[in-house]
Amino acid sequence: MAAAAGALRRLVRCGPQQGLGRRLQLRSGIHGSAPAAVQVTVRDALNQALDEELERDERVFLLGEEVAQYDGAYKISRGLWKKYGDKRIIDTPISEMGFTGIAVGAAMAGLRPICEFMTFNFSMQAIDQVINSAGKTLYMSAGMVPVPVVFRGPNGASAGVGAQHSQCFAAWYGHCPGLKVVSPWSSEDAKGLLKASVRDDNPVVMLENELMYGVPFEMSEEVQSKDFLVPIGKAKIERQGTHVTLVSHSRSVGHCLEAAAVLVKEGVECEVINLRTIRPMDVESIEASVVKTNHLITVEGGWPQFGVGAEICARIMEGPAFNYLDAPAVRLTGADVPMPYAKILEENCLPQVKDIIFAVKKVLNI
Amino acid sequence: TICSYHYLSKVSRVVVASRNYADFASEATFDIKKCDLHRLEEGPPVTAVLTREEGLHYYRTMQTIRRMELKSDQLYKQKIIRGFCHLYDGQEACCVGLEAAINPTDHLITAYRAHGYAYTRGTAVREILAELTGRKGGCAKGKGGSMHMYAHNFYGGNGIVGAQVPLGAGIALACKYFGKDEICLTLYGDGAANQGQIFETYNMAALWKLPCIFICENNRYGMGTSVERAAASTDYYKRGDYIPGIRVDGMDILCVREATKFAAEHCRSGKGPMLMELQTYRYHGHSMSDPGISYRTREEIQEVRSKSDPITLLKDRMVNNSLSSVEELKEIDVEVRKEIEEAAQFATTDPEPPLEELGNHIYKNEPPFEVRGPSQWIKYKSVG
Repeated sequence: MAAAAGALRRLVRCGPQQGLGRRLQLRSGIHGSAPAAVQVTVRDALNQALDEELERDERVFLLGEEVAQYDGAYKISRGLWKKYGDKRIIDTPISEMGFTGIAVGAAMAGLRPICEFMTFNFSMQAIDQVINSAGKTLYMSAGMVPVPVVFRGPNGASAGVGAQHSQCFAAWYGHCPGLKVVSPWSSEDAKGLLKASVRDDNPVVMLENELMYGVPFEMSEEVQSKDFLVPIGKAKIERQGTHVTLVSHSRSVGHCLEAAAVLVKEGVECEVINLRTIRPMDVESIEASVVKTNHLITVEGGWPQFGVGAEICARIMEGPAFNYLDAPAVRLTGADVPMPYAKILEENCLPQVKDIIFAVKKVLNI
Repeated sequence: TICSYHYLSKVSRVVVASRNYADFASEATFDIKKCDLHRLEEGPPVTAVLTREEGLHYYRTMQTIRRMELKSDQLYKQKIIRGFCHLYDGQEACCVGLEAAINPTDHLITAYRAHGYAYTRGTAVREILAELTGRKGGCAKGKGGSMHMYAHNFYGGNGIVGAQVPLGAGIALACKYFGKDEICLTLYGDGAANQGQIFETYNMAALWKLPCIFICENNRYGMGTSVERAAASTDYYKRGDYIPGIRVDGMDILCVREATKFAAEHCRSGKGPMLMELQTYRYHGHSMSDPGISYRTREEIQEVRSKSDPITLLKDRMVNNSLSSVEELKEIDVEVRKEIEEAAQFATTDPEPPLEELGNHIYKNEPPFEVRGPSQWIKYKSVG
């Protein structure tokens, strides 16, 4: 966190940034040939991924509201319309059901569209096209009609946007066979997963997070490469630990790491797993961790009932890791209410660091 | 001359080719109904030339679809076909007329009354029937059923009313994107015409000048609701507003063909989308679970059959203008019946898809993985 804060200060001092892929050089302190890591925000990582994939494959194009001339409602597609033009970056009218169907049809006919939802709340208008047209067609056609489309946009709670703009759709889309569903946390996740999703021949729902867009992360040289992909279907262990497994996705991963940093001072070592992919879920990584730590806590922003955590608990019960649990698995989720507006209410409707710490101590009985 | 036809037909059935030139005209010109126009100065031509070959081909194709649908009716009543079954008999002039006006490289998408289109877009009758009976020899290996048949440049077969329309515009976008001079025919019914997503699609297709022909097959009833009870405006060819439209006699295959040629040319020239309303009729109810007589009279159905049947119309035209004879067309009927019987035989004897393949086709180009069955102990292998 301190490194990130330092980088932010340097960002401010360096003055106005321009163009795509703005970067800050961190002094590595070692002269000569050491590889240079850079600080890149999630927004810029997504922008780079889009730019690279548009350049790599002519069939790739982006459509959605305000993606072109406005540079993207959240500036994810900044500069792309200027570089690629009207054919590849398409501003749509406010017609989710219509333009989502158009994206799916274009994919069926051989293009590789990226369909942006300004937020996934608006995807509900188009959800029939995502599930019935995109998700099921390969199966119904016995393999004849693939649908290589990416649906992406911000998902889940933001800050003070109210109930209709704060829903998490991980469980809804994660429910459906035929779709892949990914949920990045860091810049590395964002870049690698978006690139992997575009190159995947299947319909992928990519659930980003608006509050993460401005957060910088270190990206190694390997991650900066144009060929760096994050495999879909594989979780990442962000922090090794021995006492308890914290499984999370998206923004909550950061909260888990913060909780782990506090708990380590009390001698508790948390293993933090970043799911990265909701469907197909990497249950094996969770199981291996639970076998090691004997304690499981899931953390997510979505509602509790029929959610990601509920699925993880069920799967753990069915598998070898159940016998290694020393306590029932615990879920931390969004509160079971529509998201309120007032700050104090909103804050208490999402799992906070203190809630994670509390849950860890409960589960470990300390 | 009639006597000599009979004589020749008994003596030299094999030598049909020489009969062409001697006894039949090679082509004839017909007056066709003028189309109502919306935002168009000129419409399709009011005459059409039909060659003997074309006529025989259209006749055979329409008759094949007719008999295929009637066979499906039979199989459904025997419970060999299950679930939904939406039959197309009565509307044959639409799918055959459309196909006659476009290229195999053009694209087509429709809703669930799709068996006729599966055939005209290249699927064999036996594969269509075997899909209906849920066998592994079905065109979707038994995974899709009546509403989910696909072929090259034919995107189904779609079960959600209206959802196929934005898909069709997306296919048209791909046509424009690739720059290969192809178009997409996007079909929907009078019931679907009131779907909001269709108006969203009209807007984008017009805005972006997509090479898309929107085609409303108006068979007067959306399930059990007549057009008068469902639509404030039943001028479906005008409902694209800023999109030029034509209303077409959908029972006359030549009318359908000429109108589609006209619309296709408009789209290919880069002028943007067009809208065609085909006025047609279905003899069956909405689906096999609808007898089709609670919301319309038997007299109405009978009247259409006797005055406007598309196959009879074509047959009369051909016979009355020496393009063919009653006997020759009867021979085609016999051949078609035989083909349908053989296809039905295949469809009723082919085995069901193997259980091991239940999990296949979840993902494309993915290493094999496991799919969960009804319990944690039942797993299926999935390959793309």
